[in-house]
This record gives sequence, structure tokens and C-alpha cells, in this order.
Amino acid sequence: MTDDESGRGLSRRGLLGLAGAGAAGLALGGAGGAAVAAGIAGAAAANGTSTVYPFHGEHQAGISTPAQDRLHFAVFDVDAGASRDDLIQLLKDWTAAARRMTAGDEVGGGAVDGSPLAPPDDTGEALGLPASGLTLTFGFGPTLFTSAEGDDRFGLADRRPPELEALPRFRGDALVPQLTGGDLCIQACADDPQVAVHAIRNLSRIAFGTASLRWSQLGFGRTSSTSTSQATPRNLFGFKDGTANVKAEEQSALAENVWVGAKQGPEWMVGGSYLVARKIRMVIESWDRTRLEEQERVIGRSKGEGAPLSGGTEFTEPDFTRKGATDAPLIDRDAHVRLAHPDVNDGIRLLRRGYNYVDGNDSLGRLDAGLFFLSYQSDPAHFVTVQRSLASDALNEYLKHVGSAVFAIPAGVAEGAWIGRELFG
Amino acid sequence: MSSRLRPIAAVAAIGVVALALAGCVPNPRATGSSTTLDVKIADDSCEVSAATAKAGTVTFTIENSGTDVNEFEILADDKLRIVGEKENVTPGQSVSYVAQLNPGTYYTACKFQQVGQPIGLAAFEVTGEEIESSASEKKQIAAAVTNYVAYIKSQVGALVPAVKTFTDAYRSGDDDTARALFASTRVAYERIEPTAEAFGDLDPKIDYREVDALAEGLDWTGFHRIEKDLWPPAAGDVNSDGTDALEGWTASTPQQRGEFADGLVADVQQLSDLVNAKDFTVGIADISNGAIGLLDEVATGKIEGEEDWWSHTDLTDFAANVEGAHVAYGIVRDIAKNKDADGAKLVKTIDARFDDLEAELAEYGSIEAGFTPYDEVTDSQRKELSDAVNALGKPLSQLTHTVLGVSGS
Repeated sequence: MTDDESGRGLSRRGLLGLAGAGAAGLALGGAGGAAVAAGIAGAAAANGTSTVYPFHGEHQAGISTPAQDRLHFAVFDVDAGASRDDLIQLLKDWTAAARRMTAGDEVGGGAVDGSPLAPPDDTGEALGLPASGLTLTFGFGPTLFTSAEGDDRFGLADRRPPELEALPRFRGDALVPQLTGGDLCIQACADDPQVAVHAIRNLSRIAFGTASLRWSQLGFGRTSSTSTSQATPRNLFGFKDGTANVKAEEQSALAENVWVGAKQGPEWMVGGSYLVARKIRMVIESWDRTRLEEQERVIGRSKGEGAPLSGGTEFTEPDFTRKGATDAPLIDRDAHVRLAHPDVNDGIRLLRRGYNYVDGNDSLGRLDAGLFFLSYQSDPAHFVTVQRSLASDALNEYLKHVGSAVFAIPAGVAEGAWIGRELFG
Repeated sequence: MSSRLRPIAAVAAIGVVALALAGCVPNPRATGSSTTLDVKIADDSCEVSAATAKAGTVTFTIENSGTDVNEFEILADDKLRIVGEKENVTPGQSVSYVAQLNPGTYYTACKFQQVGQPIGLAAFEVTGEEIESSASEKKQIAAAVTNYVAYIKSQVGALVPAVKTFTDAYRSGDDDTARALFASTRVAYERIEPTAEAFGDLDPKIDYREVDALAEGLDWTGFHRIEKDLWPPAAGDVNSDGTDALEGWTASTPQQRGEFADGLVADVQQLSDLVNAKDFTVGIADISNGAIGLLDEVATGKIEGEEDWWSHTDLTDFAANVEGAHVAYGIVRDIAKNKDADGAKLVKTIDARFDDLEAELAEYGSIEAGFTPYDEVTDSQRKELSDAVNALGKPLSQLTHTVLGVSGS
């Protein structure tokens, strides 16, 4: 309940001493294997869960930051009755809370030290847990600028970048309205799922009266590496994913493919990016009945090593022209790796940051599982190009796109400033 | 309905009140003018000599020419919240009652035998400048408690005869009448639900849903038992927990109807006896927590449509809960407002959010005219209502802390 920026309040880790070694041991035990090369983002390197990524900077954290293990992604709609001032206040309140939570601190006056007669400012489930590499990345959807009915809701219509518009319809789309679109987004990534959920829960609570959740998604097992120090993870098809991703170490590739430059504009977006979120349901039962040879043909890589079928090892560039004994290309014409490759997409590279998801099961007894695809690019048109190229992807047989959204991700926040200030300036 | 809310802790509240009072400072003396008006009470009428007055001290000279005890009430513009009242005006008696009234619209009314619906409800306009409160915070708190206790009694007073009429129709098999009365009969109860819940086993008897009674191993009685007889399930219908609605349930026989009717009448009479007992009172925190609790009732029960599963009259309960919350809030509002700048800001926010929620509700009907059946309210409309409840719930959750002004954050 406070937008103070003075650093008042408690550090959750400060409570470790009070909570006793038991709690600390428990928290650290959950860290297993989460260690990342924290130095890349200038973080205070330690073990995985005590990683703190700076909240302030030229770009928002959570994009080129080494992908954490867990995700809670949330999309909000601003209430019909909210004013421009209400929206600005919300962004200020969110910024103040995000600043504290990413540092491992409690929101506002804390979880247990406030008035006994009022609900605590912080919900408390992250007490005793370190920052866990939490990043919070905020974005603005097209409907924040102009409503579906064409209303200039907050006097922002003329500030909308032309790039920011609802994505076109793609082959394989089976979009559910409740999982599509939205005014505002927050991507919470952390190495501890409880820390990510705590962040979204508290930010949702702060929003009551101004904005409410439209949809949200939990993710686990990052499906992309965003740093060369990270091993390539596997998606739920069992294949390595994101081998050719844009990595944090590739500064020029980031500048070229991910960040909005000064020439591109508008000014308030310089240093920002565009986020595409797609909830892609995998028909994994059918996939799991598919013979290995066919699985590898569909992907265009070997399942074990992740090497392109044209030969070599994981990081060998695929050779799409190389033919086998039958004179057919070794990497099939409709293999996923071919159609997604920069060579067939005008050199476009997306920074992918997706996560696996399993939302229980459906009524037919099938796992409701898939890929929560997140990609950052300097123009959503890059995603559109790649996605259109994937129209003939052999993998489509096993995929259904059920959710979709696009957001403008403003540049990073300076000390004492707030998310999106330049947009309203 | 709620089995989860904590009963109001009267003992704890008393301790907190004492703490709050230790820091109070008397406010300046009252300003404003002084008016004297006559009130003529008969059994079926209630006439005030003028329908307007200047803000300030208003003295009502009340005369009861009727046959039995009566009371005079001044209600706020919602016609619900009691701003002031003079009870126990006996036949032939003439008494004076002094009220401090700020500018605004009020209603005057009498209550024959001190129960049931207000008689001779008439608008009463107060004009002029806002008066400075003459009451110290201690007096404000005492007045708030008096007014809220009066409100509880007035609602229970309306509930008892309404339940009688409703159960008579149900008992005699006049289901059309009983169905028509179901939602409106519950209104008085829903407005003061946390009070009934504070009396332990009364709320379960009066207002438990089938699934809750079953889960707690209780005999299922009360409003919702009757509701299922009035809107009987068809083959294939399910209860709110997804179980077969016909399993373990048969339509009540005339004799069973008589038992359920008698039981509900006896239970609301017991509620009436309890709130009319000499030692019945509430703490100031009970009032503000009652407002919060009523909104929680909406947020956890009504918004899901599980309360009135067979009648789909959830929005009437919803609106009654909100009215009850608004009345409880209104009674402590000025205490919060006068605390400090934060208190004034909080009150402004809560006022606006109540307005938003009530405007949202009004799109679906009114307590008097009835509401859209809840099964016809779409998911996206329910979300809009839920958003408005959450928007109000956030500032309202700070009310007790602000009213009691205990430092902490």
C-alpha cells in the first residue's frame, strides 16, 4: 500500500536468521542446479537462488537475462472506469513493488510487521526465500492505446507504435478469447516457482480497482537458452529447443534483432522490444506414438544430440542443400528446423524465451500440455514472417495454437523512475 | 452462507476500542442552527410538521396517539441506515428527541410495536452548511454502536414477519407465492449476515446450502432446503459440487414442509430474541469488520452463483450483502474520515467504489423489482461484477485499521 522508493521495509532474506537455519536450508535446497552465469547481467554472483538481477538498466531485465527455470506470465485488462491517472498510479505502484521483490524484499510494509487490524501489504509466501533470480518484465498491449471499439482510452492513441497491432491469423490457430490479447502484461521469471507466483499475486492485488487479470500462465523447464553458458534444454516433444537462439553474449545480434533502435523509434520505445506470447498446445499423445525416425524427420534434428540431420553436432549449422542416398534433402522440406531457420526467413532471428506448461488434463484424459512460446524481437513483423514460414511445418500436425498476444516492452527503468514513464511524458 | 468466516469476537473488539479511545481528542463544539419540529404518531401514520430543516440541532417533539408502543426513526438516503431513533414511545406519551443533522436527504418513519416495515416513510431534506461535529470520537463511537445495533434490530424485525408469510405459503403448498417471496424474504437476513453467524449454530440452521450441511454432517434445514422444494431438480441436474441433485434428496412431504417451516420461523425468532436481549451489543470493530465480511460473502459465494443454486436469485443476496456492507461502513465512515488525511482519502475511495459497484448491480435490477436470474448473467458480466467487488474490497479491507487508528504501518 505504498509507493515509497526509499527502501523502507524488510528484506526477506533478513528474516532467515529469525526463521532459523531450517528454513534457509530448505530454501537453498530447492536451488539445485539453478546456478546461472549471473555475471552477465551484472548480478551479485552466488549460488542460483540468491541471484539478484538489477531491476534498473537500459533494457528491462528478463529478456537477455539468462532464462530462469520458472515462469508466471500474467495479462491484465485495465478496468473500464479507470482514468489515465489511475493507470499511471498503477504503473508507479507496480514499479515500486517490482523494485523491492526483484531485490528479494517484501512489498510495502511487509508481510508481518504491519497493523494487526489490516491485511499485510505483502502476502508472505516468499518470506525466507531469496530473490531467486526474479525478473519482472512489463509490457503494453495494443488495446491499451486504442480499444477494440476504437476509443482512445488514455490519450495514448497517437503514441502507439505502428508495429504494435494484433497479430494476423495463422494456420493452426484455434485461439481461445480468454487466452488471447490484453492491455498489460507482466512476465515473472525466477528459479523458484513460489517466488514467481508471489510476484504475480502481489502485483495482481495491487492492481485491484484499476486492472484485473485476463489470463495467466505458469511455466516450467525453460525451453530456450539465452546465454552460451546455459545448456540447451528440451521441450515436451523431448527435443532440444532454441539451439540457434539469440544469446546475451551476442551484443550486435541483440541490437539488430531484439532491441528497438533510435532510428526505428518511437522515442519511448528505444531500448525496448516487442514480445509475442503464444500458448501452443501439443498433442503429445499422438507424438508419443510416432516412431523415432519420423519424430526426427519432423524436427530436422537428432533427438539425442540435437545435431541437424545434415550432420555434425548440435551447434553445427544445418546444411539444407545436402542430399542423401535417395537424392532427397537430408533435412526434409517441411522440417521444423528448416522453416524456422534464418536462412529461409530473411535472416530473422528471434530471442525465444518459452517454457513448458502442463495445465492438468482435458476431459479426454490427455495431458493439457505444451509450449508457452515467448519471443522478443525488434518488430512483431519478424515473428509474423517466421510463423508464416511455419505454415507448412510438419510439426503442425501435433500443435494447436490456443492463445496469442503481442506487447510493446518499453525500455528499462532508471533509478527513481517508473515503468513506461516515457510513454506518458 | 458461510462456514468459513470467523464469528465476531466481541471480547477482542472491546479491548481494541479501549485502546482507540485513549488517544481521542474532543472536537470543537457544534455550529449551525436550531429547529424544533412536531412528530405525530398513530398506529398507521407518522407525520412530521415539516419536511425540511436547517442543518444543525433539530429537536423532534414526538407524541404517540396510537394504541401501542412505537418508535421514531431518521434514516439516511438509502432508507436503511439509521441516523438516529427514539425508541419506546408509549401511547399518550410526548417526548423530545434531539438530532444533529448535516445537509442531505433523510427519511423519517415510525415503527409500530417497534418491529416490521417502517410506517409513514417520508423524505426529509436538511439544507445549509455542514456542521462541525460536536461529538468527541468517544461519542461518535458510542453513537455508531447504538446506530448499528438499531439497524440489526430493524432488519431482524423485518425478517421475522417476512419469514412467517413466506413459510406460510410454502407450508400450504402455494409454491407460486413462496417462489415469488423467496428472494425478498432473505434480504433482511443477508444485510446482517455476519451478526447471525456470530451466534454459532444459527446460521447453519437458517442458511446452509445442501453441500455444506452434508459435509459437516448436519441436518439440512432452512432457506435452501425450502428452495430446493420450490425449484425441484429434474433428472440429470447436479448440485453445486457436481453430484447428482436427486441422490439422497426427495421432495418434502406436507408434514416435512410443516417441520421445515416451523424450524425456520423458530430460528429467526431465536435470532430476534438474541439481538433484542438487553445485553446484546457490538464492538466498533465488529461494525467495520462486518462491512468487510459482507463483501467477502459476495466475493466467495454469490459471485460464483452457488448460494441460490436452484432459484438463481443470487443477485438479490448480492445486493443485500452490499447494502448491509454500505450501511455498516456508513456508520463508521465519519470516524475514519476524521482520523487524518489518509482516513479522508480512504473514505473518498470507498465511497466511489461503492458507487461503482452499486451502479454495476443496478444494470441487472433492484431489490424491490428483482434481478436478472444469475444463470442468465454471462461469465464476462460476472467478471465485471467481480472486478467491482475486488475494487471495493481492497480499500475496505483497510477500514478497521483506520477506524481504530492503531499505529503499525
